Amino acid sequence: MTLIKHEIKQGKISFMIWTASIGVLMMICIFLFPEMKSQMEDVSDVFSSMGSFTEAFGMDRLNFGTLIGFYAVECGNILGLGGAFYASLCAVGILGKEEKDRTAEFLLTHPVSRGRIVTGKLFAVFGQIMAMNLIIYALSTGSIAAIGEKIPWKELNLLHFTYFLLQMELAGICFGISAFLRKGGVGVGLGIAAMMYFLNLVANIAGTAEFLKYLTPFGYAEGADLVANGAPDGGMTAVGLVFGAAGVILAYLEYCRKDIH
Amino acid sequence: MDAINIRNLTKHYGKARGIEQVNLTVAQGEFFGFIGPNGAGKSTTIRTLLGLIGPTSGSAAVCGLDIVKDKDKILAQTGYLPSEAMFYAGMRVRDVLKLSADLRRKDCRETASRLCQRLQLDTGRKVEELSFGNRKKVGIVCALQHDPKLLILDEPTSGLDPLMQKEFFDILREQNKKGTTVFLSSHILSEIQHNCARAAIIREGRIIACDSVEALSRTNARRVTVHGSVDLDKLEGIRDRRDEPGVVSFLYYGNMDSLLQVLAAGRISDLSVSEPDLEEIFMYYYEKKDGDRI
Repeated sequence: MTLIKHEIKQGKISFMIWTASIGVLMMICIFLFPEMKSQMEDVSDVFSSMGSFTEAFGMDRLNFGTLIGFYAVECGNILGLGGAFYASLCAVGILGKEEKDRTAEFLLTHPVSRGRIVTGKLFAVFGQIMAMNLIIYALSTGSIAAIGEKIPWKELNLLHFTYFLLQMELAGICFGISAFLRKGGVGVGLGIAAMMYFLNLVANIAGTAEFLKYLTPFGYAEGADLVANGAPDGGMTAVGLVFGAAGVILAYLEYCRKDIH
Repeated sequence: MDAINIRNLTKHYGKARGIEQVNLTVAQGEFFGFIGPNGAGKSTTIRTLLGLIGPTSGSAAVCGLDIVKDKDKILAQTGYLPSEAMFYAGMRVRDVLKLSADLRRKDCRETASRLCQRLQLDTGRKVEELSFGNRKKVGIVCALQHDPKLLILDEPTSGLDPLMQKEFFDILREQNKKGTTVFLSSHILSEIQHNCARAAIIREGRIIACDSVEALSRTNARRVTVHGSVDLDKLEGIRDRRDEPGVVSFLYYGNMDSLLQVLAAGRISDLSVSEPDLEEIFMYYYEKKDGDRI
């Protein structure tokens, strides 16, 4: 518990900045919706006739004129990408930073086993991601209520839950990488999140690259599909969770045996 | 039971040498010195004992506990001061001390505040604002506040001013009197000579001598200083020769008879023969070839 508290304190500023940024952007988007809705007839036509671009963002499958259609694309991208960046950043530095900042000698010469250190840091990462999602969920539902729209609970819950899964998967993968790092991993974290995002865009555009959807969590966390199907794709989600879990297991295996410099 | 018992401990970093077949025993309650220059393997030995790095081969026990299997139990009884103590940016000194105590699940406030007072450490300051010496003091309090059975100190006095060094060694001696084993790694020989009862010398990853400080200092070698003129060229067993106008000084470890004959043949106005200090002995050990004995 001491370690979890310590990690959360250490990550406080980053947590606040990311949560506030994503939350405020989502709120702005939601508050723009009433104005958009009135012009939506024309906009929908424009958005659904932009060829590959339309497909890439799933705008061919959603109705922009409804709140949920709008929310799934606009807010989905903000929370999807922003959340992915935060989750990756948060996880990718958490184990390696002790060696980077040379605090490893301090932490690891206390009677706390490496396994417990990994567990504490893992809980801190997941706890922060969970807290961020809950705050954003509250801000979003509050904003939708504030603009006088009916809250589409089922779809909203599904979207938020799936984006949370996506973040957990990325966090798991980055956590595994973190155990191998001795220097900062900011570039690695951002790179992975961005790469995953673009892999999904490629898969959306090119039919032959459909298999890429199994590699990236953005494959199952696709706003348009989620709203249309009512659930994330089982196969893709399962593969994603295996990736995440593999990252976590790898972190334990590596960190419990590695030499600390 | 020994406080530290190292058996054939070897650590390689890939192909690079760390330590090689180190054997060392430190009894409980000892004030033990570990001497060697930078890169000789002092820190590698210590870091292996503390489980920061795993041994390549060999074994070691601290307080009778195996360094691989019982790492956490060892760490619970040990206080460690790293040569460069680093802490989490943004934390105040008192938070670092509390974090350290909490990680040990102990309430150390009383001891901590006493130590901070003696070391004149301001607990309200942020750690990143501290000078190297003040950071070291935080490390010292972290290493001592939980009353460990064994203290492992890696070059503890670097950064401390002479007054603080004195206070620090006073604290160490008090702890040692209470039964704490002190393992002091340093390249400052006077520190070892003044405080330790026994010491080991490490060179290129191997222990080359381990004895009481008195015995280590007591060698056949003598520091000879000659005023006048004398021909030393044929004399064997000279090291560290220093020539100044009219004075020649050298460390002599050869046959005394030969020395006297050479001296008798010269013109000498003054002569002193003294026991070398540990510093000179240390240089001597370091210049020796592998396997040589004094």
